[in-house]
Amino acid sequence: MLTISPAPHAHVDTTTRRLMLDVIIAMLPALAVSIFFFGIGALAVTALSVFFCVSLEWLIQKFILKKPSSIGDLSAIVTGMLLAFNLPSNISPALILLGAVVAIGIAKMSFGGLGNNVFNPALVARVLLLISFPVQMSSWPLPIEARMHYMDAVTGATPLSLLKSGNVAGLDYAQLFFGNMGGSLGEISAFALLLGFVWLLIRKVITWHIPVTILATVLIFAGIMHACHPETYANPLFHVLSGGIVLGAVFMATDYVTSPMHPRGMVIYGIGIGMITMIIRFFGGYPEGVSFAILVMNALTPLINMYVKPRLYGAK
Amino acid sequence: MLKTFSIGGIHPPAYKLSVQQSIQSIQPQSIVHLFISQHLGAPATPVVNKGDQVKVGQLIASASGFMSANIHASVSGTVTQIAEIEDFAGIKRMAISIQTEGDDWMEDIDRSDALNTEIKMEKAEIIARIQTAGIVGLGGATFPTHVKLSVPEGKNIDYLIINGVECEPFLTSDHQLMLEKAEEILVGTRILSKALNQPKCFIGIENNKKDAIALLQKIAAERYPEIHIVPLKMKYPQGGEKQLITAISGREVPSGGLPMDAGCVVQNVATAFAVYEAVQKNKPLVERIACVTGLQVSSPCNIRFRIGTSIDELIALAGGIPEHTGKIISGGPMMGKAVLHTSAPTNKGTSGILLLDESMSKRKLEGNCIRCGKCIAACPIGLEPYILVRYAQTKRMDDLEANHAQDCIECGCCLYSCPANIPLLDHIRLAKANVIQRIRSRKS
Repeated sequence: MLTISPAPHAHVDTTTRRLMLDVIIAMLPALAVSIFFFGIGALAVTALSVFFCVSLEWLIQKFILKKPSSIGDLSAIVTGMLLAFNLPSNISPALILLGAVVAIGIAKMSFGGLGNNVFNPALVARVLLLISFPVQMSSWPLPIEARMHYMDAVTGATPLSLLKSGNVAGLDYAQLFFGNMGGSLGEISAFALLLGFVWLLIRKVITWHIPVTILATVLIFAGIMHACHPETYANPLFHVLSGGIVLGAVFMATDYVTSPMHPRGMVIYGIGIGMITMIIRFFGGYPEGVSFAILVMNALTPLINMYVKPRLYGAK
Repeated sequence: MLKTFSIGGIHPPAYKLSVQQSIQSIQPQSIVHLFISQHLGAPATPVVNKGDQVKVGQLIASASGFMSANIHASVSGTVTQIAEIEDFAGIKRMAISIQTEGDDWMEDIDRSDALNTEIKMEKAEIIARIQTAGIVGLGGATFPTHVKLSVPEGKNIDYLIINGVECEPFLTSDHQLMLEKAEEILVGTRILSKALNQPKCFIGIENNKKDAIALLQKIAAERYPEIHIVPLKMKYPQGGEKQLITAISGREVPSGGLPMDAGCVVQNVATAFAVYEAVQKNKPLVERIACVTGLQVSSPCNIRFRIGTSIDELIALAGGIPEHTGKIISGGPMMGKAVLHTSAPTNKGTSGILLLDESMSKRKLEGNCIRCGKCIAACPIGLEPYILVRYAQTKRMDDLEANHAQDCIECGCCLYSCPANIPLLDHIRLAKANVIQRIRSRKS
């Protein structure tokens, strides 16, 4: 029996599953650094978050939507890992479960599953937890010292919270670059995250547009502020290396579903994220603003997609 | 930096298995079937009757109007029937069937291989001869060649572009033709150029055919200095008319317009060779070259065959249909059409027969659109396939037209690139047909 179907008869090897697998691979260096600095806490939070996210998606598909399981596309694992990356390594399992319910149940599945959500699921969960449980979400285990502890880890400040209180003397940029600082478990090492970025570029999962415009916007904005008032505003490199800018730029903002599809749209989106982040950091009440910035730009993505079109061949 | 087109494009694996296999000729089989419509435009009108004796090259169906093409007998023998038969896709179409008896050619056809470089005919004569010979675009689109050469008053052709790109994976017949008939192609190009009032002449060839580029460059430099051989960076669909025009001239065909509107005429290398044979040898289009190929095919090859020969006979020369063949395609994997009956005849547009293994034959399960944008990045026209599909599913005709669904060239880049295996082009192809119909009915 011969198969009859319309052209084309050839198809690229890349599948949704393979793309998701590449994102997971790209997150492994950051996870390794996190385990190095935060030890069992990082491992436990990540494992629980992935487990909750995957199980919830499976349960929702099977019992509520009554559709075939979709966990094979691996996107729930990505969401689980990203959620963990946005949490401190001493957070309680109950809050992780709540985060997973918000991410998978509300932000993803209630919109129709993969591809239909407006907001990045992991970020919706992070922001909900941050607003509802500000204490638990901003007590940061100390790197290295917290290695053998999970919920009972010794906590300290993040570089950005030190900055808000005006005390950043003595921070070493090399230490920040490799991740020896307090913070959410996936955000600490710019170096490991950039390794992941290189992998995503090599595998052509994402293009450079979103991460590079976000980082460039932050550097330029912070650079101007620093040049005008060096005593009030920190060095731009400090802003890039501390907090979640690199994690946000490489992994959170580049989520296919919630980011623009055309390169020029991606640049507008990236500039927006960079600007909003820095406005929150400079003038807002929170020390960190990447999550809010990405969610705001997620909301604008359909609008950007509508107005920023590719150049049409032969247009007059 | 090698030239290429600027918007979109993909890089599928090339799989040129039958490369550098010399062209073999096969003898006409017992019966051939010639459809009266083997070209774009109106079907030809049969001018023979059942029982007539015909010779090779004899006119058996005459073009019905300007946008049509003559059909000639590709074998000598007796017309056994003029009736509807199923084509390879299973669609019933009118065909003239000829029982082969010997190989008796029309006397005025020069069958020698001797190279004839002297062009004696004038412009109008050339176009008339090409029209008489029933030549159509042999790249696969089968657009009547004389129509492309008949430039209306007031339009100027600045570029004649000969298409030796062969960007479809697997296909090799144009490549082999360039190696074996290089000078004939250059003469054919010169003839076409004369018919178009001497525009600038270019032959575009993708850089994976370095031997053909070198050979043509050498001959052109010696004897055809006005013809420029342009190596192109590999990218699909560079062989598309619009993409090749942009790659070579930097111009773009206006949306909704013809290559002529950009001052360009594009002809395939095989067409240029057919033009050479028609004008210099008085030979109508009765045979062409195709490759038979596929990863499991025992001896992939390039075959010169009489038009109307059954697909089965071509496959037999390549070693038969391998076990576990799941799909047979007439043409390349990107734009070719699936074959239902291998007993069906070939036609003027048969550029290759591709046999795919079962594992490559079936579409994969469709997933959700994850809005990765890969279809947008791949589209060589600058369309947004994902949104066209949404509009098509909800029958939003105004949006489809405003987003230029009618400009789709059906190259398949979007569907090829989609990680969720969404049948983007299936939807867009249907939408395109509907939009074009709507535009036409509004005009009339």
